[in-house]
Amino acid sequence: MAFRPVSISTKPGISAAVTVAALILTALLAVLGRAEFTSGLGPADWSAIRFTILQAVISAVVSTLLAVPVARALARRRFRGRGLLVTLLGAPFILPVIVAVLGLLAVFGRAGWLNAGLAQVGLEPVSIYGLHGVVLAHVFFNLPLATRLLLQAWQTVPAERFRLAAQMSLTPYAVFRSIEVPLLRQILPGTAALVFVICLTSFAVALTLGGGPRATTVELAIYQAFRFDFDLSRAALLSLVQLGIAGGTAAAALWIIPTISIGGGFDRSLHRWDGQVGVQQVLDVLFIGLTTAFLLLPLVAVVTRGVAGFAKTPLAVWHAAGVSIIVALFSIAVLLAIALPMAGWIATRPRGGSEAVGLLGLAASPLTIGTGWFILINPVVDPFALALPVTALVNAFMALPFVLRIIVPPMRDTVQVYGRLTQTLGMGGWSLWRWVILPRLRPQIGFAAGLTGALSMGDLGVIALFASPDTATLPLQMYRLMGAYRMDAAAGAALILLALSLGIFWVFDKGGRWHAQA
Amino acid sequence: MLRLEEAEIAQDTFTLRADLSIEQTRKYAVIGPSGAGKSTLLSALCGFIPLSTGRLLWQDTDITTFAPGDRPMTMLFQDNNLFPHLSIQQNVGLGLRPDLRLSIDEKDRVLNALSRVGLSAFAQRKPGALSGGQQSRAALARVLVQARPFVLLDEPFAALGPALRNEMLDLVAELITETKATLIMVTHAPDDVRRIADEVIFVANGVAAKPQPAKALMDNPPQELRDYLG
Repeated sequence: MAFRPVSISTKPGISAAVTVAALILTALLAVLGRAEFTSGLGPADWSAIRFTILQAVISAVVSTLLAVPVARALARRRFRGRGLLVTLLGAPFILPVIVAVLGLLAVFGRAGWLNAGLAQVGLEPVSIYGLHGVVLAHVFFNLPLATRLLLQAWQTVPAERFRLAAQMSLTPYAVFRSIEVPLLRQILPGTAALVFVICLTSFAVALTLGGGPRATTVELAIYQAFRFDFDLSRAALLSLVQLGIAGGTAAAALWIIPTISIGGGFDRSLHRWDGQVGVQQVLDVLFIGLTTAFLLLPLVAVVTRGVAGFAKTPLAVWHAAGVSIIVALFSIAVLLAIALPMAGWIATRPRGGSEAVGLLGLAASPLTIGTGWFILINPVVDPFALALPVTALVNAFMALPFVLRIIVPPMRDTVQVYGRLTQTLGMGGWSLWRWVILPRLRPQIGFAAGLTGALSMGDLGVIALFASPDTATLPLQMYRLMGAYRMDAAAGAALILLALSLGIFWVFDKGGRWHAQA
Repeated sequence: MLRLEEAEIAQDTFTLRADLSIEQTRKYAVIGPSGAGKSTLLSALCGFIPLSTGRLLWQDTDITTFAPGDRPMTMLFQDNNLFPHLSIQQNVGLGLRPDLRLSIDEKDRVLNALSRVGLSAFAQRKPGALSGGQQSRAALARVLVQARPFVLLDEPFAALGPALRNEMLDLVAELITETKATLIMVTHAPDDVRRIADEVIFVANGVAAKPQPAKALMDNPPQELRDYLG
């Protein structure tokens, strides 16, 4: 074993990967064992499958197509607040879904700002519930993601090409044809595929804005079979369907899905000469303005309503907030215990295959895993007693693919740059982690921990499956308040949840970069 | 004595053959055209690249498969010889203990090494706050506390200006003599060879030749070496 690039012990990494795979696979096996194939899929199930795919296709197409003019405008304009806007585009990543839904309801809902405006000019009100509501929420979350991915691609174009275009006085259309179309052809399919996969397993959006026979996703159908009918066999069967759809698509699209760079590096804006005046300028201003409004107005609504409803927030909300903080911290601890050794193992191997292990969590939906574990735990212990640990664990698994993508590249760099030095010094085991890897990777580890904390804090998924009436995380508590039409109290809870999610992200991200050496 | 016995080092399509002995306390320069395999030779000695055939012996012990840290040698690379996030003192301390749990006595040795290379005042600084020459000195201080019988240099001073480089070479020569270590140094410059080396290992055409006395060789180079020196 003398000739490895660095003396990172691979055993912990392999055991972590095996543990993750085993926990997910046993859940899937439990589901497989419980599903009754004789009953088959009913018409409601087929309708759920159709709706799941339909809404995911529309969400992916709309998000990606809208992202083109927005990213194009951001790539060629320089203006005050541009950096802030690009940062804002990263916010939906750590924004709890239920909070965004509340914000969208405030703007587009029955008594929302949009309908108030429509009533002023004597138009019929629009309803946010159903297919278009689900798509609206998905676009809210994925338009920024798609825009960032496209912007990232735009920034890989060498400056010389735009200089060349300026020298030849190419028209905006010619620039689009010669530079941007080839770029888009490369990046658009992968971006759309990513959004499609994300929307396939969407649960909280469908739970709040969908529902009913015509707007139920498979993920939501699992939940309903489970909670309302307590029909474990049907939940298991639907879980298999979900695994087939989401897992199959994820596996097929894996090769074209672009690397998600969630970090910085977007503030660099190129000097451009094309499309700076005239129609192009008007269009750019329009797209940037509309996107900003679309992203900001729901958040503004959350804050204003939250402040108003803050006093009406019941004590249960504060209790749930405490629970959520503990769950989030536990998630972070579990995640780091898994992700760090795994990243160490992956980084010492040739590029490729081993990264896929982390994607297992993305392919299997949270509710599928939750259902599987419920079936396993049920005969032994009361599953509702384990609601919180299970939630924390599933949250950590969900964050794992993203976290590996954040940590593995700098880990590889560290191994490449300092591997030989650590070997001449005979560093291995804990010394290597303590003195080289952890200090070198601290910013990325902090960022990853913050991201996991925020995701876990805002997650409304498995907890909805497992929770008994007297246990609740903050998102679940908020959902219950919304269900009881206590919108003021829900708005107060939303504000607290928003603050906690952004807060936990900020604390860990900042902590990672505190006094960090370049 | 270090013996490389009928060794062959294979890397992708490139192979380097070597069959040579290195005497203790002498100073060797490894010269040859770019891409001839000078760094490969050092990497193989240090254990970063495996031998595909042959053996590496040290005082009759077969160390062919020893991990880099278990070999009687230490190496300075072209760059990245210091961890930028650790202080100079910590960087040097790692040469004594990889877990940095230094005893009082070991701490003294670190400080002595730092003062020997003239960096006492910089012990708490990070490498980024030091000049290129000072960084080289810090790396040398680490080599000093490691106190291995063989010190391998893979052009660590290539980025320094001529005057500074000569100063470093003189310091290396002094330290090597003081500690009775053996120096094996890759270089491009004939002047370096004359300045510091006792013996020369000429690497060309996939072969690392047996060491030859430096002065005689440089005064009367064979055709191959003459082609290289120009």
